[in-house]
Amino acid sequence: MKDFWKRFARNKGAVIGLVILVAVIALSAAAPFLFPKSPWAMVQRPFIPPFTMDKFLLGTDPMGRDLASGLAHGASVSLLVGLVSTVVSLLIGIPIGALAGYFGGWVDDVLMRFTEFFQSVPSFALAVVLVAIFQPSITSIVIAIAIVSWPPVARLLRGEVMSLKSREFVEAAVLSGQTHATIIWRQILPNTLSPIIVLASMMVAAAILIESSLSFLGLGDRNVMSWGYIIGAGRTVIRQAWWVSFFPGAAILLTVLALNLIGEGLNDALNPRLSRRGK
Amino acid sequence: MRRLLSTSFAIILMAGAAFAAPSAGGKVNLIVQPEPPSLMIGITTNAPALAVGGNIYESLLRYDEKLQPMPSLAKSWDISPDGLTYTFKLQDNVKFHDGKPMTSADVLFTVNDFLMKTQPRHRNTMARVESVSAPDDKTVIFKLKQPFEPFIRSFAFGSQPIVPKHVYEGTDYTTNPANEKPIGTGPFKFVEWKKGSYIKLEKNKDYYLDGKPYLDELIYQIIPDGASRAVAFETGKIDILPGGSVENFDIPRLTALPNTCTTEKGWEYFAPLSWLWLNNRTAPMDNPKFRQAIMYAMDREFAKDVLWNGYGKVATSPFSSKLPFYSEQEPQYAFDPAKAKALLKEIGYDGKPLKLLPLPYGETWQRWAEAVKQNLGDVGIPVEIESTDVAGWNQRTANWDYDIAFTFLYQNGDPAIGVERNYKTTQISKGSPWNNVEGYSNADVDKMFDDAAVAYPAAERQKIYDKLQAKIMEDVPVAWLLELGFPTIYNCKFKDIVTTANGLAESMRDAYIEK
Repeated sequence: MKDFWKRFARNKGAVIGLVILVAVIALSAAAPFLFPKSPWAMVQRPFIPPFTMDKFLLGTDPMGRDLASGLAHGASVSLLVGLVSTVVSLLIGIPIGALAGYFGGWVDDVLMRFTEFFQSVPSFALAVVLVAIFQPSITSIVIAIAIVSWPPVARLLRGEVMSLKSREFVEAAVLSGQTHATIIWRQILPNTLSPIIVLASMMVAAAILIESSLSFLGLGDRNVMSWGYIIGAGRTVIRQAWWVSFFPGAAILLTVLALNLIGEGLNDALNPRLSRRGK
Repeated sequence: MRRLLSTSFAIILMAGAAFAAPSAGGKVNLIVQPEPPSLMIGITTNAPALAVGGNIYESLLRYDEKLQPMPSLAKSWDISPDGLTYTFKLQDNVKFHDGKPMTSADVLFTVNDFLMKTQPRHRNTMARVESVSAPDDKTVIFKLKQPFEPFIRSFAFGSQPIVPKHVYEGTDYTTNPANEKPIGTGPFKFVEWKKGSYIKLEKNKDYYLDGKPYLDELIYQIIPDGASRAVAFETGKIDILPGGSVENFDIPRLTALPNTCTTEKGWEYFAPLSWLWLNNRTAPMDNPKFRQAIMYAMDREFAKDVLWNGYGKVATSPFSSKLPFYSEQEPQYAFDPAKAKALLKEIGYDGKPLKLLPLPYGETWQRWAEAVKQNLGDVGIPVEIESTDVAGWNQRTANWDYDIAFTFLYQNGDPAIGVERNYKTTQISKGSPWNNVEGYSNADVDKMFDDAAVAYPAAERQKIYDKLQAKIMEDVPVAWLLELGFPTIYNCKFKDIVTTANGLAESMRDAYIEK
């Protein structure tokens, strides 16, 4: 563990990313205390520019809602959607990839054609269609994101499993009479953990982006204040009030950037061979 | 002294402007949005078709901003004291665009044949008519079965455009080739329609009014995207933006441009009124006190000032204030959250969450739903906004599958035509989102509507409608929001672009460019 930290910390960018992410998490956790009022409350006159009133540091939107409050409450929505949808897509992608890679042959063919079917459709367009069909709500958005983002997991895992399958320790396990389930679960999957963690961190970032894009297009959950929603609502007044779109946009940028940096750092830390070669 | 001087100077200036003779010539670029399916307004009566077709076709009467009749194809008219006989004298020298004269025979053909086959609404009006006759070429007489005061307001171009008998008689009206190249009597003739691009009309040189129209050409540009329409106006490609053709949030920017004028006039006939359908069939909306609480909870001034940029007016009656027989009756519902809370406490409202169906007509309506949700939430009514598209909204309101739903409806010139359909028991009928969707039913109200429709003359109707408005205000079958304002934004060099209650569509004959 100490080793892991040392290698992770060697990547400066990753540390910066981690700091940003921790700050965002802290902000979302503190939101109910910092801004006890609902972020939808119309608290002041509309279009107050940022940094002109201490009480409303980031100004107000076209309906007089506190932008800072919206940002803080929106953070938890974005993080939650990112995290949950990633977990769901891992739950779909890992079994499919593992089975395809382990058994090969026709199982592999069937599962991979199925995966390619999803990959051949542009993922954002598919997400839009899914959300439109199932009516926008936080659940349907999470499911739509999961459905469009599991194929890379399956493909990555299939490759990993295929290469691990021919290793001696797996052959030994087969010889010792272990069942397929045990071999996959106990021998192979633990060894694929590090690439999955790296991929997952990137997927959280992608999921936050997809959720924002959906909300921007008006396909977000109408009862939840999210960053994408604020940008979408502010886009129409961008010539009068740049700040309404700018601050949530910056928040999305920073969060996604942070997650990507962390992904890089994790990659270095979990894959020592790669990082040493880099030095 | 100086003030006196400057005042008189101003008066002289104003008088000078008023007497300056309009100059002929020039062309105007307008917007028609969306592209109409056809310009034959005897068959197609949706808003964009009327917006263009109103300059090609004319009817017997036009209406001023108080909805009082003005001459159009009828030079003068007379109503018998018993309210049963309407006699119209037609203008002289009226010709259709193909050169043939327009006579009373065309009017008879239009009201007895053509519109009877194409317009359900015309059939409703004619159900009250016993006979239409034409003693000579220039006279038309309508005889009614019983007095019907709103009848005088049913001769607008949108409901009764006069079509040429010699073109349509004996043909299939809907497939007649003249529908593609409409022939009317109006101040402008159809020239060309480039689908998806523009519709061009030119001056009718044989128009029966001397000197009119002033403009040589009307070009209706078709630009599907709202932001592009706003930009087209900014760059000067468009001279007149009819109400509703740009998004509300673009309006402050456009009106701030130099040499730009706005007017809210020209919507008096339609007088769009917005409200929330409250589903009277289910608890807690079945309780009038709960519905009153909703009225007190809503900050409608805020909606007007912030969401509609100050255009429009807070509704003070089930009738739009532009409508004849409107009167402001008690009770009125000012923004008063404390009163709303007290009412909710009194009826023991349990905090059951309600679903709110916004109108899927763009950003303004979405923001409005959020504001209402917040207003109701503040007094302790939890509201969840549902997402829907136009088809879904139609289906859900028509099938009464909602708690609270946004809507707005045209008032169509008379309470007996545009208002009673929303409150009478006989108008409760599943399958249409334009009738008594809220399910309000009150025998007294029904009777008052029936009596008022046929009472004669207008003063008698007014008495009944006063009582009626007070009763409905007390019951709050729906939660009235705003009389919507759709400002027309235009280049100030154009004058007299709105001279009737129907706005641009039939006013271009009077419009001119100030030199």
